[in-house]
Amino acid sequence: MKKLSARRRHPLAALVVLLFALAATGGLYAVLAPAPKAQADASQSSLAIEQGKKLYSVGCASCHGQSGQGSSNGPSLVGVGSAAVDFQVSTGRMPAKQPGPQVEAKKNTYGQKEIDQLAAYVASLGPGPATPTKSQYSPANADAAKGGELFRTNCSQCHNFVGKGGALTEGKFAPTLKGIKAKDVYEAMQTGPQNMPSFPDSTMPSDAKANIIAYLKAVDSAQSPNPGGFTLGTIGPVSEGLFAWVFGLGALIALATWVAARTTKAKKS
Amino acid sequence: MSTTTEAPTRRGRPTNPGERVAEWTDGRLGLYKLAKSNLRKVFPDHWSFMLGEVCLYSFVILILTGVYLTLFFHPSMNEVVYNGPYAPLDGVRMSEAYASTMHISFEVRGGLLVRQIHHWAALIFIAAMIVHMMRVFFTGAFRKPRELNWLFGWTLLFLGMFTGFTGYSLPDDLLSGTGVRFMEGAVLSTPIVGTYLSMFLFGGEFPGHDFVGRFYSVHILLLPGLMAGLLVAHLILVFFHKHTQFPGAGKTEKNVVGTPLLPIYTAKAGGFFFLVFGVIAAIAAIATINPIWTMGPYRPDQVSTGAQPDWYMGFSEGLIRVMPGWEIRAWGHTLVLGVFIPLMIFPLVMVAIAVYPFIESWVTGDKSEHHLLDRPRNRPVRTGFGVAWLTLYFVLLIGGGNDLWATHFHLSINAITWFVRVSFFVAPVITFWITKRICLGLQRRDRDKVLHGRESGIIKRLPHGEFIEVHEPLSQQQLHVLTAHAQPQPLDLGPEVDENGVERKVSPVAKVQARLSRGFYGENSQIPKPTVEEYEEITSGHGHH
Repeated sequence: MKKLSARRRHPLAALVVLLFALAATGGLYAVLAPAPKAQADASQSSLAIEQGKKLYSVGCASCHGQSGQGSSNGPSLVGVGSAAVDFQVSTGRMPAKQPGPQVEAKKNTYGQKEIDQLAAYVASLGPGPATPTKSQYSPANADAAKGGELFRTNCSQCHNFVGKGGALTEGKFAPTLKGIKAKDVYEAMQTGPQNMPSFPDSTMPSDAKANIIAYLKAVDSAQSPNPGGFTLGTIGPVSEGLFAWVFGLGALIALATWVAARTTKAKKS
Repeated sequence: MSTTTEAPTRRGRPTNPGERVAEWTDGRLGLYKLAKSNLRKVFPDHWSFMLGEVCLYSFVILILTGVYLTLFFHPSMNEVVYNGPYAPLDGVRMSEAYASTMHISFEVRGGLLVRQIHHWAALIFIAAMIVHMMRVFFTGAFRKPRELNWLFGWTLLFLGMFTGFTGYSLPDDLLSGTGVRFMEGAVLSTPIVGTYLSMFLFGGEFPGHDFVGRFYSVHILLLPGLMAGLLVAHLILVFFHKHTQFPGAGKTEKNVVGTPLLPIYTAKAGGFFFLVFGVIAAIAAIATINPIWTMGPYRPDQVSTGAQPDWYMGFSEGLIRVMPGWEIRAWGHTLVLGVFIPLMIFPLVMVAIAVYPFIESWVTGDKSEHHLLDRPRNRPVRTGFGVAWLTLYFVLLIGGGNDLWATHFHLSINAITWFVRVSFFVAPVITFWITKRICLGLQRRDRDKVLHGRESGIIKRLPHGEFIEVHEPLSQQQLHVLTAHAQPQPLDLGPEVDENGVERKVSPVAKVQARLSRGFYGENSQIPKPTVEEYEEITSGHGHH
C-alpha cells in the first residue's frame, strides 16, 4: 500500500486510474447489460434456438426447407413468429399428417418445452408475432357483448353465429371453436393459419381479441345457457327442418296410424 | 229455418229445461236440420286420411300461439339498447322488434315455450301439407270432382310458405335479416322494375324502417286471413264431395264406407287434435328452434355461415346456390341471370305439381267422376311423375344445405354443387324411369298373386319326387282389391284414312295428346290385369303347377 500511496502523485497516476475505471465499467456493462434481441449468444434463449433447430430438422425441414425458407411442399417460415408455431404445433396441425384440402387438428405429440424451443428457432428466422401471454388472451375482464359484435362482423361468415364452424371451398372448412383453448383462439386470430385471414394487433387490438374469446366462452361452452332445450347443433334451420320432419311429422304419422287402427271393428268380443 | 217453427205444436211444449233451450236455439238458428244431415256423415278410416287433420290442427295451434306472441311483440325498427337478462347481448344496439323477441324469450312467462311451439308448429304444418298433398297425388284423389279442391290445397301450401317466411323475418335477428336481404336481392334481379319494386317494398333503401311493420301485417293479418278462408272452403268441399276411399270389397264409386262423424269420428278427431298439440308442445319443450339470442341483431354489414331459410324455402335457396353467377351487361344495365333464372324456376317447381291434374285429365281424356282411390302402382306414369318431382325437390334441398352436407360428410362443396347441377336435370328422369319399372313389377306381382295365389313358403314333395311350393289362393276381398281398378286404354285417333282412302286431317295437338296418352296407358305402362276367363281357367282344377 505504501508503494501505491507513494506513487499517487505520479504524473501517470490519473491515466492508470482512468484505465481501471474504463475497464471496470466496460466489464460490468458486458456482464450486466441486457443483450440485444437479435444477437445470438450462449444464453438460455440461444440454447433454446439450438435445440429448436434440431427438432426442426427432424419434424419440419422436409417440407419447410433446411433453414425455414420453404419448398414446394410447405411455405416459408421466415417472419411467421413464435405465435404461429405455438398454434400449429400445440393443436397438432403441424407436423402435417398428410397432404389434403386442409391440414386438420390432431393429437399433439410435442411437449410445451419442445414447442417453445421450436418457436424460438422459427422466431429467430425473422421478426413476427410473439406467443401471447395469459394477460393478453384471458377472457376474465373482457366484454362478451362487444366480442359478439366483433365476432359477427369478422368471424361468423365462416365460423357460424356461435363458432360451430362451416364449409369453405374445395373441401376446406372453418373448424369449430367449441372447446378450443383461449390461447389457441388468440394465436389463430393473430397469425391467420391456413385459409384464415390474420387479425394483427394493428387491426384488432389484444383486448378486442380477448372480448371475442369471452363471447365464445359465453355462448358455446359447457357453462353457456341453452334456455330452449337441446340445441340441435346451433347450425341454423337445416337441422331444425330435419328434426321437424323426422321427429315431428314422424311422431304424428305414427300417432295417426295408431288412431286409425283403433276402429270399432277392433272390438270383437 | 221456417220448417222448425211447427215443431213445438207437433210435439207439445217441452218440459225438460234442456230441451227448451234446444228448442229456443233451434227455432232461431235452424241447427237441427243442418246437424241432422251432417252429423251422421260418414268418413272412411285410414291413417293417411288424417294427414290433412295434422295440417288443420297445426294451423289452429299456430293461430293460438301466434295471438299470444302478438301481445308482446313490437313490430318496430326503432333502435334501442338491450339491457335484458341475456348477458352476451348486454349494451348492444338493436331494433325494437329484436329486443321484444328477446323479451318474449327471456322475460315473458312461457314466452320461449310459446315461441318454440309456434315455430315448430309452422315447420310441421308445412311438412304435413306436403305429405298430405303427396297422399292426394299418389292416390289420384285430385281427379274430378276434386280438381278445385286440389288447387285450394296447393294455394294453402303456397301461402303457408310465405306466411312462414314473413314470420321468420319478423324477429329481425341476423339470420332472418339475411333471409330478407336474400329476398331483396331476388326482387332486385327482376329486369327493369327490380329497383322500383325493392324501394316500394322496403319504403326506401334496404333495410329501412318499414319492413318489419309491413311483414307483420302480412304475417298476422293478410296471409292467415286468406288461409283461413281457403281452409274453410277446402273443408266445405271435402264435406260436399264426400271423402274418397281406397278400393275394397263393398266400396264403390257410389258409397262411402267408414264411421259416422258423431260420435266416433268426432271423438277420434278431437282426441287427435290434442295428440298433435301434445307432440308439438313436447318437441318445443325439448328442442330449441331459432335461438335468436345466439344470432344477434341484424346489421347489413354482418352475416353468418349456415344462413339458411326454414326448410320449406330450402329449395329456393338451393336454386340460388347452385346457379352459376351469370349476368348480362348491356346499355348500362345489368341483368343478373344468376338470380333471375332461379327466381323464375322457383314458382315453376310449385306450379308443375299444381297443374298436374289438368294435364292428366287432358292427356287421358278422363272426364268421369272418381271417388275410389288408385293404388299408386296401377298408375305408373303418375307415380313416376310424383317421385320425379319429389326427387327434384330433394335435390334442391341438398343444394340449399350444401355447406352442411360438406362439413358433415367431409365432402367438397364444389363437388356437391356440381352434383346438384347435374342431378337437377338427370335425377328426376332416372327416378321416373325406376319408379315406373317398380310399379310395373308390382303390377306383375299382383297379377301372379291373383292367378296363382300367395306363396305360402310350404314346400311339398309330390309322389314322383318333384318339389313344389304350395300357393294359397287369395280371399275374395283380396282378389277384389287387386283387380277392382279400371285399366283405361290410350286415346285412339281413329284410322289414318277415311272410307274414301283420303288421309284424315288430325290436328298436331291431338297427335301429341294421343302420343302422351299411349305413354300413360299404352302397352309399356300397364300390365293387363287377369281376366275372369284367365282366372277360371287357371283355378278350374289343374291345381298348382
